Amino acid sequence: MLDTAAFINILTIFVLAIFVGFEVITKVPPILHTPLMSGSNAISGITVIGALLALGAGGGPVTTGLATAALFFATINVVGGFVVTHRMLSKFKKRD
Amino acid sequence: MQPEHLNLLYLVAAVLFIMGLKSLGHPRTAVRGNILGAVGMALAVVGTLWYQGFVHMELVAGGLIGGSIIGIVLAVRIKMTAMPQLVGLFNGFGGVASVLVAGAVLIAAVATALMGAGSAAIMSAQESVATAASGLIGAVTFLGSVIAFGKLQGFVTEKPVRYHGEQVVKILVLGGALVLSAMIVLDPSRTELYWVLVGLAAVLGVLLVMPIGGADMPIVIALLNSYSGIAAAATGFVLSNNVLIVAGSLVGASGIILTQNMCKAMNRSLANVLFGGVGAIVENKEQGDIYAGKVKSTSAEEVAMILKTASRVAFVPGYGMAVARAQTGVRLLTEAMEADDIHVEFGIHPVAGRMPGHMNVLLAEENISYDKLREMDAINPDFPSTDVVIVLGANDVVNPIARESAGSPISGMPILDVDKARTVVVIKRSLSPGFAGIANPLFAADNTLMLFGDGKKVMEELVAAYKDA
Repeated sequence: MLDTAAFINILTIFVLAIFVGFEVITKVPPILHTPLMSGSNAISGITVIGALLALGAGGGPVTTGLATAALFFATINVVGGFVVTHRMLSKFKKRD
Repeated sequence: MQPEHLNLLYLVAAVLFIMGLKSLGHPRTAVRGNILGAVGMALAVVGTLWYQGFVHMELVAGGLIGGSIIGIVLAVRIKMTAMPQLVGLFNGFGGVASVLVAGAVLIAAVATALMGAGSAAIMSAQESVATAASGLIGAVTFLGSVIAFGKLQGFVTEKPVRYHGEQVVKILVLGGALVLSAMIVLDPSRTELYWVLVGLAAVLGVLLVMPIGGADMPIVIALLNSYSGIAAAATGFVLSNNVLIVAGSLVGASGIILTQNMCKAMNRSLANVLFGGVGAIVENKEQGDIYAGKVKSTSAEEVAMILKTASRVAFVPGYGMAVARAQTGVRLLTEAMEADDIHVEFGIHPVAGRMPGHMNVLLAEENISYDKLREMDAINPDFPSTDVVIVLGANDVVNPIARESAGSPISGMPILDVDKARTVVVIKRSLSPGFAGIANPLFAADNTLMLFGDGKKVMEELVAAYKDA
């Protein structure tokens, strides 16, 4: 019973977040499509948190190894994504 | 730190992600939006480490520092022309991280159950379904992105790879993956099945991306971006973790919106891009008739003289500009013309290039002000009053066939109406067809002049000729 209640809770969060995602993005000018994509790509590297939690939960060497590898890849995704987006956006200037 | 405090911190991070994405959608706030996202991520990471009491710090530090160094080096070193494949590669890394986290949690759960948790289930239904979903979607994202990267980087053929029974093979592999997923849900203790699922899903990723041609890559990259978000959300369900679910579904939803925008710009459905595909149809037969005796070749000097007398000039760049790295010449010519009080602007087709917004990034790197970059719908009404349009490395997106006749692979695709300008100069290596494989009547139009050659070299000649004229 408790399990079901908890599941409904996170399902609610999931569905609402999808709607927020649709609403937030709708009218983006094409010039920002690439930075938007690489910026949201960096956010999808949120799996770093999953990797940290899996690593911290303890477990055998296999679990630890997999979690560390996940942390490594997700960090490339996050850090690389934000840096490259920043680099791109710094090029978008309006000259007068 | 209590679990409630960590969850509050995750809420702050989630709000920062939403505000960040929102701000990324407006030119003036985009830089701030990206920083908000990064701050949200940093908060979530530091909060998680604090909550866990900084355990396994040597591994954590190794993963975080190693990943950061590689991420920064890739992000700083990459040429702007290679941006599409880098974004594709980062997508893949996000996907593989989801696969590994779900696998780690699965193995840990099985080990815990063996240690004598008794008859308790290894995983709840939510966790096992989410584990299978993470493995499936994450692995499709990973290898799909690697293939997309390979196609853009040039070590996998850019051509659509099609074969008989292609759809059947895909359906069989997908079916197999779904059966394996069901077996994992029924009996999570068989961890080896998880890795078989991951392998099969990786094959599916390859099968899905191989048949897609280079010009459809913007759509694939946007779609894989969406998948990487969905994979992260699935991992959030494995861990019952709010911030993974929120951030993952935000990215999943925004990726779908971007994908739809791209499809609309090509007047094709997503199903058509993924399963139908252009490129298979090649009709060069009539090419001779269309071009025979009507194509007028010109020289840089002649074009320079025409430009000198113009008062309004528009560039229409395409993927060819990126390949030839001709954008510097474009900027130099723009500056020279503007010094003569010629109004210069740029017509950007939404799917020009290999990534959404590809042309904008290249021109922005040349310090061309973004208010000169005009969208298709905004610039089309102005072409009739434009003196010269310079089409640089674009083909299908300016092909009047899309507008005039039914039955061609690009019929109905919205195009830039460059043929309505007084003079059109097309810079191109040859008369070879574009990605859609069809002839372009624009090249034979009365008001069109062809300037044959390599984009970069031609632009350099044009700049020199313009300054001499």
